[in-house]
Amino acid sequence: MKDFLFLFRADYVEYAKRSPEELQSMTKKWMDWIGGIAAQNKLADRGNRLETGGLVIRPGNLITDGPFCEIKESLGGYIVVKTATMDEATEIAQGCPVYEIGGSLEIREISVM
Amino acid sequence: MEEAGLLPHLFRTEYSKIIAVLCNHFGTDYIEVAEDIVSDTFLTAAELWGMKGVPENPVAWLYTVAKNKTRNHLKRHHLFEKKIAPDLRYPSADTGTDIDLSTTAIADSQLAMIFTVCHSSVSEEAQIALALNLLCGFGVQEIADAFLTNKETVYKRLKRAKEKLREEKIAITPPTVQMVTERMETVLTTLYLLFNEGYYSVSGHHPLKKECCMEAMRLCLLLLENPLTHTPAANALMALMCFHASRFEARTNSRGEIILYEDQDTLLWNKDLVEKGIFYLNSSASGNQLSKFHLEAGIAYWHTHPEDTREKWEAILQLYNKLLMLEYTPVAALNRTYALAKANNTEAAIKEAEKLNLTDNQFYFVLLSKLYEPFDPAKAQTLLQTAKEIAHSESDRQLIQKKITELEEKR
Repeated sequence: MKDFLFLFRADYVEYAKRSPEELQSMTKKWMDWIGGIAAQNKLADRGNRLETGGLVIRPGNLITDGPFCEIKESLGGYIVVKTATMDEATEIAQGCPVYEIGGSLEIREISVM
Repeated sequence: MEEAGLLPHLFRTEYSKIIAVLCNHFGTDYIEVAEDIVSDTFLTAAELWGMKGVPENPVAWLYTVAKNKTRNHLKRHHLFEKKIAPDLRYPSADTGTDIDLSTTAIADSQLAMIFTVCHSSVSEEAQIALALNLLCGFGVQEIADAFLTNKETVYKRLKRAKEKLREEKIAITPPTVQMVTERMETVLTTLYLLFNEGYYSVSGHHPLKKECCMEAMRLCLLLLENPLTHTPAANALMALMCFHASRFEARTNSRGEIILYEDQDTLLWNKDLVEKGIFYLNSSASGNQLSKFHLEAGIAYWHTHPEDTREKWEAILQLYNKLLMLEYTPVAALNRTYALAKANNTEAAIKEAEKLNLTDNQFYFVLLSKLYEPFDPAKAQTLLQTAKEIAHSESDRQLIQKKITELEEKR
């Protein structure tokens, strides 16, 4: 079994403007989707959501507000999935609710140090 | 109480109490000595009461005789006394043994024993057997019946566990903050397994099963009475057990066969226990740790509502989602899929069910059959046949056969 990091990117500023009902129904979709992965015993880490604010630090102590202002899609959260192959991980990624808000999902195999 | 039934009854209620106090006194090195003394006490009672009649206060009589036997034992075995007397936790002059069998001392001793039995050096199976034996006063034969195994296996398991406690020099002490931090989870898990052993076990109906559950609840109450062990998770476990226990009368028929949840007579559900469950569930809502017991208690709470509403199944689905994120079990995965069918729709649930990869599990095929039933009764039938073929126990096979017959009648 290999671990795959699922990174969710979307325009979360725009997303937050939705109605409470819409937000609630999205939360349910996320919970059902992750619950479905867990029910297959393929969830290695339930992950976390990420807050919208943040800083990027570069050499020379150059601190900026990060890439968040320049690009629309920001990193909103992650989970870790365990499957035998990348194909299997990609299959799990099909049902992700992030696409419904125009976002994207990036899969990266975790190389254990 | 009738005389004939009195001694077995007292054995059930008092054996484990005296054992706990004596073990607390002697330490894990001499569990067998404590057991011998208590067995001997009951043997004496059986002989004397039969001849001379039952004493006025049988419990006090048992306590006095147990105390005397302990004292005599220590006196008689000079070597033994010399060896352990210095180690006794409450040494006093000469005979050195003033054994306190007051209600408080009994409760304290049993609480200490729970933590000893649940030491991580003892395997899970052995913990349950030990708990049944030392904390609940179940005999080897009874444990063997409950586990569907033979006396020798249980005897060996208990012996090994006691040796382990001795080897690891596990002290029997009242729980400390550190012990609670380290062992509380195991303690709760053992009580949870003890309860489940009685409630779900494949060995079918047995009068002892219910007693297993009652004992788990009694021990959990013991935890709740101590401020150190009165934790949110312990409250949640108690709530869970109350909710399940509320259906005791409804879940078997007069022949002892299991009646499934959806076929139960809800009038037989015990409202008092549901109320108690709600009380403990409310008490569990503190702190910042959401244990699996909280989630399972939540699920059990919703099951006390007989109405088949979407709200109920949506709540259950979300609780199962969280439970699975915390810890995967095949049972939770199957139940979650059923809730998904009820809360969302059956087509989606079938798709998810087929991803579960539980083809060695009879309940997987029972679930699939249930989901397919409205669309494809023939397929539902075949799935049940598969379930029956891989079922482990005769009572499960009977239950599945009953469903097959029901389906045939419907078609």
